[in-house]
Amino acid sequence: MIWKMVFGALGRQKRKNRLIALTVGLGVSLAAAMLGVMFDVGDKVNQELKSYGANLSVVPRGASMLSELYLLTDEGEGQARDEATPSPAGLAEHFISEADLYKIKMIFWAYNIVDFAPYLTVPVRIGEKKTLLIGTWFQRRLDLPTGEKVETGMTALKSWWRLEGQSGADDDAAGVLVGQRLARELGLQPGDTFNLAAGGQTRIAHVRAVFDSGGPEDERIFAPLALAQSLAGRPGLVERVEVSALTTPENELARRAALNPGSLSRIEWDTWYCTAYISSIAYQIEEILPGTRVKAIRQVAESEGAILGKIQLMMILLTVLTLLCSALAISNLVTAGILERSVEIGLLKALGASNLSVILLFLLELFLVALVGGALGYGAGLGLAQLIGFSVFGVAVDIKPLVIPLTALMVLAVTLLGALPALRALLRLKPTEVLHGK
Amino acid sequence: MRDILEIKAVSKIYGAVVALRDISLTVPQGQWLAIMGPSGSGKTTLMNIIGCLDTPTQGQVLLDGLNLGALSHAGLTAIRRESIGLIFQEFHLIAYLTALENVMVAQYYHSLVDENEALEALARVGLRERAKHLPRQLSGGEQQRVCVARALINHPKLILADEPTGNLDETNENLVMEILSQLRASGSSIIVVTHSQEVAAHADRVVTLEHGRLAQDRLVENSASLANEKILTLSPQRDLGAPLRPNIVE
Ligand SMILES: Nc1ncnc2c1ncn2[C@@H]1O[C@H](COP(=O)(O)OP(=O)(O)O)[C@@H](O)[C@H]1O
Ligand SMILES: [Mg+2]
Repeated sequence: MIWKMVFGALGRQKRKNRLIALTVGLGVSLAAAMLGVMFDVGDKVNQELKSYGANLSVVPRGASMLSELYLLTDEGEGQARDEATPSPAGLAEHFISEADLYKIKMIFWAYNIVDFAPYLTVPVRIGEKKTLLIGTWFQRRLDLPTGEKVETGMTALKSWWRLEGQSGADDDAAGVLVGQRLARELGLQPGDTFNLAAGGQTRIAHVRAVFDSGGPEDERIFAPLALAQSLAGRPGLVERVEVSALTTPENELARRAALNPGSLSRIEWDTWYCTAYISSIAYQIEEILPGTRVKAIRQVAESEGAILGKIQLMMILLTVLTLLCSALAISNLVTAGILERSVEIGLLKALGASNLSVILLFLLELFLVALVGGALGYGAGLGLAQLIGFSVFGVAVDIKPLVIPLTALMVLAVTLLGALPALRALLRLKPTEVLHGK
Repeated sequence: MRDILEIKAVSKIYGAVVALRDISLTVPQGQWLAIMGPSGSGKTTLMNIIGCLDTPTQGQVLLDGLNLGALSHAGLTAIRRESIGLIFQEFHLIAYLTALENVMVAQYYHSLVDENEALEALARVGLRERAKHLPRQLSGGEQQRVCVARALINHPKLILADEPTGNLDETNENLVMEILSQLRASGSSIIVVTHSQEVAAHADRVVTLEHGRLAQDRLVENSASLANEKILTLSPQRDLGAPLRPNIVE
């Protein structure tokens, strides 16, 4: 009986119910998207911050000059154009020699260098698909002149990556790791073989693993450095090195030194040089690898973390506001619906329906509508989350299972909040006032 | 014979308006009472108080011996559910439910729905064949008969009808009156508010309200409803303001 009444009533106020569902849906979609992005992106960034990822980036001095040069050509026509194409002699200025990399482990703070990995990027084609192949050391054994043996490479540097398959091996010349999004697009799986084309060359590559980095790397291929070098025609060269170093927190001295080491007094300089500040380690790497520039990247990541926290706070506030707006909009619709049906409600009361049973009937109706709206909103929210993930954070968003019960809770809260004024109206409605009204 | 209703010195005051002024009235079980009076004389107000939809400002109402003034809001709702059958001038059927379902709504809030019993009730008002029709597919008279079926489905102690034929033509008015007469014959107590002398003629007794006062109280001789075996007499010591006590002589 109660279902007949609920569905009968639902059918009667189709327009209003559609509007209510839409309102709930809109609010919930936004809220679900925010939650999805918040949990996932927050997780990924935090993971990256917590794992000892790289905090220094070594690039050739020429690389930055080159980009400055391009900038010049864009703005002021002419004068720099000739230099835009580097001469073969200048080539070394735009790359770092692979053979010199071991030196990074020989600086004053050598023991603070936890790990490092070089990179060389080559544009490649797989069938029609264009992407980037990045050569690196996965887990390279180095024999230092001191007689020490160390192991270093990307595997340890990107400890948060999720691999499906084997980890990369430097001596496996044709074995590559494929980013999960690229793999999905190309239908590649661990164990598959595919053709790589770069410049005029074609190579066969074996997929050893598919990885999920949670970042833009998911669209790329990682390969042993030698493969990239041969595809790029740049044997023995790398374009960038990421270094993970244990550092002492920055202080006033470190900040001054980072701006200009020359401004320090002799004693200050000694103190700075012999402390594992990120700036002094950077300085020492620049010393030992002439022609390079070393940039601290962890600091960027840390401020990113701070900004992320603020963005998350903003998202929470926005979510709450959105839900409040939804509740407000619903409350108007619902109250209007009650007023329209006051005679019917008065009649039920006159027939002996208790306040509670009338409220239950009405909430049942509303929840059914809200459920539909909420489900649609959740679906839309998933899409919206991807949109936000890609456009704002540049990553795909995995919706955490927690989002579903939270969304359900939000639907419940919004609906109940929106129903409050109507519930008051329901309680106050007197049959005598509506049944004899002429 | 018990009294189904005993109203003692009831007044209802809305701000400056005195809708009912010191009304006293006793209705024995099984009686059909008609309430007449000009518009605004307090008929609906009185019906609302009897029907537990409203409470008096002063005075006492006893329904089947139970003092309504002692009941909470929920208690009044329960009495309405258990003991009262309501019929309205404007029918008030739920538009999206069929005739049958409209009757079943009353069952639902009373106890359990029983489709067969609901169909029987519709049969009693001659609408067995229209059970699956929606109110808008029924004529005014048919709709009012559905309301009667709804009012009687839970075997109420008292049926209250506020101008039940006010919106009906003569044919339908007669049909509804016939059904009420049958109910009366089977022992139900009925109170009907009406403007129509013909309707009042079916009752056992007619009281008239004027400006919220009880102006007249008379028995209907040869009540059209049935050959009345019970003879109703008014108590002889009747003076203004004193409760009217009809006595029944078997
Ligand atoms: N809720 C109310 N508030 C104020 N005045 C009311 C209310 N209900 C009824 N009245 C007044 O009480 C008087 C009796 O009304 P009512 O019982 O509806 O008369 P009837 O049904 O005999 O036409 C009228 O003057 C009416 O205006
Ligand atoms: Mg009236």
